[in-house]
Amino acid sequence: MPKVITIKTRIQDFFIEIGELSIFTGRFFKEVFSRPFEFKELIKQCYNIGNKSLLLVAVTGFIIGLVITLQTRPTLQEFGAESWMPSMVSISIIREIGPVIIALICAGKVGSGIGAELGSMRVTEQIDAMEVSGTNPFKYLVVTRVLACTFMLPVLVIFGDTIALYGSYIVENLKGEVSFVLYFNKVFNALEFGDIIPATIKTFFFGYAIGIVGCFKGYYCKKGTAGVGIAANSAVVFSSLLLFIIDFIAVFITDIFFEI
Amino acid sequence: MTREQNISQSIEEKPSKRIMLDIKGLFKSFEDNHVLNGFNLKLHEGENLVIMGKSGSGKSVMIKCLVGLMQPDSGEIQVMGKDISKLNQTELDDLRTEIGFLFQGSALYDSMTVRENLEFPLRRHKKKFGDIKDTTALVTEALDSVGLAHTMDLMPSELSGGMKRRVALARTLILKPKIILYDEPTSGLDPITSKEIIELMKNIQKKYKTSSLIITHDVDCARVVSERMILLVDGINYAEGSFKELSELSDKKIRAFFK
Ligand SMILES: Nc1ncnc2c1ncn2[C@@H]1O[C@H](COP(=O)(O)OP(=O)(O)OP(=O)(O)O)[C@@H](O)[C@H]1O
Ligand SMILES: [Mg+2]
Repeated sequence: MPKVITIKTRIQDFFIEIGELSIFTGRFFKEVFSRPFEFKELIKQCYNIGNKSLLLVAVTGFIIGLVITLQTRPTLQEFGAESWMPSMVSISIIREIGPVIIALICAGKVGSGIGAELGSMRVTEQIDAMEVSGTNPFKYLVVTRVLACTFMLPVLVIFGDTIALYGSYIVENLKGEVSFVLYFNKVFNALEFGDIIPATIKTFFFGYAIGIVGCFKGYYCKKGTAGVGIAANSAVVFSSLLLFIIDFIAVFITDIFFEI
Repeated sequence: MTREQNISQSIEEKPSKRIMLDIKGLFKSFEDNHVLNGFNLKLHEGENLVIMGKSGSGKSVMIKCLVGLMQPDSGEIQVMGKDISKLNQTELDDLRTEIGFLFQGSALYDSMTVRENLEFPLRRHKKKFGDIKDTTALVTEALDSVGLAHTMDLMPSELSGGMKRRVALARTLILKPKIILYDEPTSGLDPITSKEIIELMKNIQKKYKTSSLIITHDVDCARVVSERMILLVDGINYAEGSFKELSELSDKKIRAFFK
């Protein structure tokens, strides 16, 4: 029976973790609205996050655009519907593929970075040192990072989506000789509020999830260098999982309000 | 307890000197691991008190309870006459400006330069210093007192272990605390650097008239700096006295420290 027991304890651990994360979230919302605000640190973190992932997001976005267009083109061509390409690609990128893939990339890059950074600060007693010197470490480290992720992820997604559309345009231009203006005309004709607004709102939640999970894992890091590795690793795993759950809920809600 | 009561109590106990730290019956356990079992301690003004205990005996746990980084299971902790369990966050932070804490592993913020490390404690402790526009003078003074003024713009990763410890010491000094808690100031350092750090501690004591609580398992360090010693064994203060007195006792557990 050992196998059953491990699965059972794993499920238990998972729910304990969800509980602890909820408490952590509660503390975040309590501290985020109380003085003093760490604006300088917030700006620094925003810059860090954007700066760290910009290139990665650009490359990923570009490749997504290229690949999707290359892959779907033949199918549409079979039906004689190539002129639908721009609208199809833009809707799929903006609504779903862009946000999810870029969020996953950021979970890997930013989430693990936060987990490792806070984890090593915990292990080397830097967080304790902050507390002793009268600065609330939760506010200084956690609140700023979570907010920075929440604000920066939408920016990165919009940036990535744009690059993806460019990538798609390049393929279209090479294969079907569509002009730039015509292509983007079709793109913007196809997109509606119902596509852009929910997709953008959900990226805020994605960013929040990446930030809070990374901070949670790092802040309560177990002692020792092994603990830092585990913190970084589980930050990525847990936040990726959370991203999909949020995405599912977001699509569900969007379906009710916008009837896609 | 009112303030008057506090004062009269401390006068009774030690007529001449003020009591800076007072721990009574401190208990702390982690699940089945009973670390502290009723530890008592009094630190008088201007005194150098050394706590010795072997690795894992709960020395770090004890001073973390002192500054409110850990909650004890039971027991009373008074810092300069204030019961720290009864303070709110602001009062606790104010009290912490009077306590310097040198961490076992230095605990420098490794994403900041030496200068930013030293400025960090100043940002929340404006009450004590007023709103300082230019911190350069304070930072230079603190770094000068540990002989590292030239490292101001380096990152902690560019410093050696001994230098890190000294910068950490400068960071605790910058608030001019009345009490300094040293958690193994010489651990992990070579004998020569250890001597330098010990010298530094004595100079600081003279210059700033601080009361110091020094945790160590380095006998040389204890011999040089201690005025009074407490041996922490089995979670209690097993023996108390001057270095000379303790080193002459024949108890087996005590002898083990002085080999
Ligand atoms: N956060 C914690 N959670 C669980 N156990 C802990 C925690 N902190 C300390 N302990 C346990 O408390 C005991 C005392 O630890 P402490 O760090 O105080 O030892 P120490 O006397 O400072 O030793 P050293 O000289 O090695 O620094 C150890 O057995 C340790 O395992
Ligand atoms: Mg220790």
